[in-house]
Amino acid sequence: MSQNQQAHLRVAKEPSQERQKRMIGDHFDRLASVADGTCDEKVVYTFVPGNLTELIGAFGMLPVLPEINALQSGMRQQSAGYIAEAEKSGHSEDVCTYVKCDLGMLKSGNVGPTGTRLPRPDLLLLSYTGCFTFMKWFELLREEYKCPVVMLHVPYQPDGVVTPAMRKYIVDQLETVVIPAMERIAGKKLDRDALSERLARSAQAEDDLVAVWESARHRPSPIDGYFGGVYYIGPIFSAFRGTEDAVAYYCELRAEVEGRIARGEGPTTPDGRLDDQRHRIVVEGPPNWTSFNEFWRMFSREHAVVVSSTYTRVGGLYDHGFRHDPKNPIETLADYCLGCYTNLGLPTRIDYIEQTIRTYEADGFLINSVKSCNSFSAGQLLILRELEKRTGVPGGFIESDLVDPRYFAKANIDNRLQSYFQMLDARRLRHAA
Amino acid sequence: MNVSVGIDLGSTTTKAVLLDEHGELVGRGITNSRSNYAAASAVARDEALTAARFSLIARALARVRGEAGGAARALIPDIEGAFRLELYRDELRYLGVRIERHLDNLTEAHLRAPLRGAAQAVLADMERTAPGLFLAGAQRKSDFFRDLAGAAFTAGSERESVDRQVSFERLVGLFDRAILDVEMRVPTRDFTVLLPEAVEHIRPQSAAHDPVRYALLSAAHEAANERIAEVAFAGTGYGRQTLPFPKEAVRSEILCHGRGAHRVFPGTRTVLDIGGQDTKAIQVDDIGVVTSFQMNDRCAAGCGRYLGYIADELNLGLHELGPLALRAQKIVRVNSTCTVFAGAELRERLALGERREDILAGLHRAILLRAMSLLARSGGVRSEFTFTGGVCKNPMATRLLRALVDEHYDSGLQLNIHPDSIFMGALGAAMYANDDLHAGRPSALRAQ
Repeated sequence: MSQNQQAHLRVAKEPSQERQKRMIGDHFDRLASVADGTCDEKVVYTFVPGNLTELIGAFGMLPVLPEINALQSGMRQQSAGYIAEAEKSGHSEDVCTYVKCDLGMLKSGNVGPTGTRLPRPDLLLLSYTGCFTFMKWFELLREEYKCPVVMLHVPYQPDGVVTPAMRKYIVDQLETVVIPAMERIAGKKLDRDALSERLARSAQAEDDLVAVWESARHRPSPIDGYFGGVYYIGPIFSAFRGTEDAVAYYCELRAEVEGRIARGEGPTTPDGRLDDQRHRIVVEGPPNWTSFNEFWRMFSREHAVVVSSTYTRVGGLYDHGFRHDPKNPIETLADYCLGCYTNLGLPTRIDYIEQTIRTYEADGFLINSVKSCNSFSAGQLLILRELEKRTGVPGGFIESDLVDPRYFAKANIDNRLQSYFQMLDARRLRHAA
Repeated sequence: MNVSVGIDLGSTTTKAVLLDEHGELVGRGITNSRSNYAAASAVARDEALTAARFSLIARALARVRGEAGGAARALIPDIEGAFRLELYRDELRYLGVRIERHLDNLTEAHLRAPLRGAAQAVLADMERTAPGLFLAGAQRKSDFFRDLAGAAFTAGSERESVDRQVSFERLVGLFDRAILDVEMRVPTRDFTVLLPEAVEHIRPQSAAHDPVRYALLSAAHEAANERIAEVAFAGTGYGRQTLPFPKEAVRSEILCHGRGAHRVFPGTRTVLDIGGQDTKAIQVDDIGVVTSFQMNDRCAAGCGRYLGYIADELNLGLHELGPLALRAQKIVRVNSTCTVFAGAELRERLALGERREDILAGLHRAILLRAMSLLARSGGVRSEFTFTGGVCKNPMATRLLRALVDEHYDSGLQLNIHPDSIFMGALGAAMYANDDLHAGRPSALRAQ
């Protein structure tokens, strides 16, 4: 491939990427118009796991997702300054860096990832409580914004089973606490038909997303299910699930991926297209955002493609059959909240990763243990051991952080990954012999 | 002789190992890495090539039958001692030259004469006592010129600074600057002169026919004249990316340490390597292929540099720490494996009146506890368990490791520590280079 062709591959964006960029830009423009008073839509701050986007949308309210803003700040190299700002105001080095990044951004003028100002929240909707930090985070934001918080308690799934009692517990809270609170703030009753229409569109997009995930069974894999995957989950895990835009995005993405399969092409990486895939890897744990492309290159340079990842399931395990059900709108929201990846107990997570390794015929699995997130990191070494025992597939383990660049030791992580991939090569040679 | 070269460019030391085409180890060399990786690599290779000449002497003498052959072979260590003494003297002379240069550049002119007198006296004494370091069977505390000469220069400076009323610090400062120049020099050696000279020194000509001398001289000439061609390379270690190797010749130190340790101890299943800036816990299978490993990522606490820093804090050589710690009467509890905090803890404990030996024992235990944690993370300790890396030369570290393994695992577990464990990474790299050679795709050094 000529240098020109390679350069072209690096810069050429596919239509779905352009569409996603437009969607995000439009959304933040709407938020900015609320911030500057030219629009009076209500604003709900909420988190990705167990998000109730269709419900928010059915009320005509606009969601803001602080974790997404934090990770975007990390990718734009803003997080170090924001974290320093939060630490200056008294937050310890040990606090989750998403929290500090968000608080630092707030203290620095609350300018969002697209460069426009974010509005104040009318409601802090804490719809997933499996992460204790979320609760503390909104407690801090409540002090800043003096606005109401609505909390939906989601029971943990210790053994991977959603019982009718769990579902009822959430449905009752939705019906008696969450929806009434949202009705008060929106100044109108919930339009249940509108909610069902949104849920039907969600299910349609979810079908296409699952087809995209499952495309990684092909060789070469047409997608990178981790580094590329975080872009693919953008619309569905943030402000757009249940919208026409999201349906169009996933339809377009699926067609692009199917085109790659037909042409025998791999995914585009920061260094060009990765058709020659020597290692098929499953990754557990969130990515590092401050050195995202460098981290990705450490894989692509070694011809490693990520065929699946657990991070891209934080908003739901659609590949296990769950779809939003427009016929049972409130129950389906309950099931969705219960099913996010970090709400699952260790045995269920292990089962899930084992199945993923087998489904995608992975050569290895890698754990990125991030300092900030105990929801992910606690027990990861046990996961590693158990998976090695069950599958015989070798695991690798690296440590970094979400958005604090001080915890991404590039040389060490690169060294570790090179060692890991060389180990896979050595083991393959041994098996061949 | 064609050789495959493995280089392990560590943060503290650089090692080189040469294997012949049959995979036999024929030479190895080690030097301080300091800040110049390219020079360190060249010096270690040069050392290994020098050692290979002695392998050739041994091979030549192995063919000599009868009593003369046996007697000649028995003299190889003496000849090597004589040879190394000459190298030491050569480096000592160069050290003197560099000290002179630094004296010439001294801005305080009035200090030049007294410092020059003291330095010359110290160097003369080092020259006089040098043979004692290289007698057959002499126990050298270190193989590094820096350590050997440094200890002698410091001792001499303590004496001369008092006798001549010059500043001890200024005198030692001259050494500190000149030694960097000495370490960066790759000497040129004419083995056709040096090897027969060493034989001459050990076995001078006598009136009667001496078959042992004849055998030695023949072997020395043969070894000196044989061409040693470096035909394949592989590099590993922290500085490996800076070596002039193509990407395919750069090997992970995990794989190299695992393979090297397995070659030396074929029963090895778990390897612990404590290097300058990382600690590795490695599990290998029955043929030495790595099956899993753990290393420290976010922080280098508790690695070899920790001991280096402590040695600096106490104004000791790194090689002196272990023997001193062995004299501990108790192990002072040290909590920190952070290098900088451990320094603070050391000073605090000293101020509280704790004995230096007892604190040192605690510092050693702190890094080994951290290593035990990594081992546990990698899947535990299985027999045989092989300890490699620079820290395994430290006798206190090895004693504590044995105790901790007994305490946490099986006391019947076989713990292997080889005197040459520090070379395991370079050995593994050389084995990979040899594989490449036999597969018909040897990697060569890029021209610099």
